[in-house]
Amino acid sequence: MAAEEGKVDPMKQFTIEPLLGSDWQLADGLGIAFTNSALWMALTAVLVWVFVAGGMKRELVPGRWQMAVETMTGFIDDLLEANVGPAGRKYVPYIFTLFMFILFGNLLGLVPVGLIPGVHAFTFTSHFTVTGVLAIMSFSIVLIVGFAKHGLHFFSLFWPANTPAFLAAPISLIELVSFMVRPFSLALRLFVAMMAGHVLLKVLASFVIAGGGAGLGLGVLVGVPSFILMVAISALEILVAGIQAYVFALLTSLYINDAENLH
Amino acid sequence: MDPKAAALLGAGLAAIGAGLAALGVGNVFAAFLEGALRNPGAADSQQGRLFIGLAAAELLGLLAFVIAVLLIFN
Repeated sequence: MAAEEGKVDPMKQFTIEPLLGSDWQLADGLGIAFTNSALWMALTAVLVWVFVAGGMKRELVPGRWQMAVETMTGFIDDLLEANVGPAGRKYVPYIFTLFMFILFGNLLGLVPVGLIPGVHAFTFTSHFTVTGVLAIMSFSIVLIVGFAKHGLHFFSLFWPANTPAFLAAPISLIELVSFMVRPFSLALRLFVAMMAGHVLLKVLASFVIAGGGAGLGLGVLVGVPSFILMVAISALEILVAGIQAYVFALLTSLYINDAENLH
Repeated sequence: MDPKAAALLGAGLAAIGAGLAALGVGNVFAAFLEGALRNPGAADSQQGRLFIGLAAAELLGLLAFVIAVLLIFN
């Protein structure tokens, strides 16, 4: 749906544009390009690397930076300890990477770099392709660990223990469906939560612009409250960015728990 | 009815789902606070479960939003 003239299109912020090499052809009709999505992902990876590398000093009395990094790793360590148990320690690197990547990606999309002319902020977590791949990685780990550790016995995940067969049969069907839906729900949750917040911010921004352009009366009546609401929603979005990254890590660790400690 | 109008009406009806999910999320936090105020010592250990409940409840609201977006932009 194209935006009419002079209106703010809230979906414009999600367009993916090739920045480099829009003509790199792999084969006929198959191209590859360095897009703005890839740029922000690379930026996020570099920032996470800088953040963690700055705290890897291993000093006996940690400084502020080392303390910040150790709080993060300790947080993920506690999460896995609580949800998976002692066997969860070996997943700390994966969950930590996942958590930091999503958290930094979410927060980077909220940084008002749009104030610099020509620069457009881009939240790569608001794309189903990105969150989908992250969810598929988590789901693959569950499948690989489950089948490697328990073999075909892993299918007993769907069969509730100590339940009469006439109840267990329909329940196992429901369990199977809920298991298969996991990657979709995991990816959808992050993608929709980030997209909804950004659309809301842009819709409010269009209210501010339209209200301000319609004269003093409407500017005070519509523009100013919308702007105040925008500030409040931005604060809420920072909270959502943290919660969604945490929920993604938490649910991944829960699913890993299913594979690691089969009932 | 015009199909486009019907789709937009459906998108509006999907907002009911978003509102109900808000009730659900509110319920999760209300129940958590109620329990946490009775036994503050056990509150910290249950925060993981709080967020599992939050994730489960808000997913339905997000799905309602997806349905609305699909109906509007298709």
